[in-house]
Amino acid sequence: MSEHSLTVSSTEADLKNVAFTTRLEDFINWGRKNSLWPLPFGTACCAIEYMATVGSHYDVSRFGAEVVRFSPRQADCLLVLGTVVEKMGPVLKQVYDQMLEPKWVIAVGVCASSGGFYRAYHVMQGIDNIIPVDVYVPGCPPTPEGIIFGMLKLQEKITKGGIVRARDRYKIAR
Amino acid sequence: MQETDTKLLASALPNLPAEIQTAILAVEEFKGETTITIRKENLRTVIQFLKTDPNFRFDVMMDLFAMDYLKYNSPQPERFAVVYYLVSLFQTRRVRIKVFVSEDELVVDSIHDLYKAANWFEREAWDLYGIVFNGHPNLVRILCHNEFVGHPLRKDYPSDQYQRLKSAVPSEGL
Repeated sequence: MSEHSLTVSSTEADLKNVAFTTRLEDFINWGRKNSLWPLPFGTACCAIEYMATVGSHYDVSRFGAEVVRFSPRQADCLLVLGTVVEKMGPVLKQVYDQMLEPKWVIAVGVCASSGGFYRAYHVMQGIDNIIPVDVYVPGCPPTPEGIIFGMLKLQEKITKGGIVRARDRYKIAR
Repeated sequence: MQETDTKLLASALPNLPAEIQTAILAVEEFKGETTITIRKENLRTVIQFLKTDPNFRFDVMMDLFAMDYLKYNSPQPERFAVVYYLVSLFQTRRVRIKVFVSEDELVVDSIHDLYKAANWFEREAWDLYGIVFNGHPNLVRILCHNEFVGHPLRKDYPSDQYQRLKSAVPSEGL
């Protein structure tokens, strides 16, 4: 920057060209919602649909959520894609617990949301029995558009939600 | 081709050793598939023979599962049956071995030492039907969780009876 520009007296109009004001909370949420790092917990056909969602045709990176991580410690959006049996429950819970705050969960497909058509001896009747869920995506399996819509809904939720602190989330979860 | 193959097996029967012949209760041919029902006591002898005899050489165990004939539409000798699918790569032929097991004595000899693949299949049959495999090194549940009570694929198990897992710790081992 030259010396000249520093000496120019800045009016309010000039300031609008170089800066804008916002609330810190909104600014943080804007960053969070546009850089979701998903962790796919894929157990069934919904995971195949998610592959299409990440692929170039549907391209979830348009919404900033393409950095798929396979370690819960590097992700903030847990996607449960498929049937979760009762025996798998503690594993899912452990994966969720290992994720750092802030974190969100999308239950993709009817199996993860409610057990789907499995009303038998083995399938958990919705993962919300063990972990809090932010967005439910219906479908068996949902289309890639459906999964993207779920992600957009989650972005909406993050925008509106304010900064939810860890202790509050646990209060909600219990 | 298929037809002559199965006839070959049927024609081989009279030439079998006496101990094998007495073990055989019935031989059925249906659409090119051979089913041999044998006595429970001679299971290991017959399978060992089929595996090692140079004319047969059934060297692969494709499948092992149990059946529950409780509500079957035609009467069967016993309530349960264990079925073995053997494949001979040498003959390019398959055979189905069937053993009936009574409800009062739900025990069959394990063949895990003849076919390593049988190990987990026998655990599965025990888990889902409650059939005990005598001599199995690790006969514990494989699919249902550790707190599960009963055997869910039995026909008298209510199809919608769901059992929650109380433990929050993932199961140890396989």
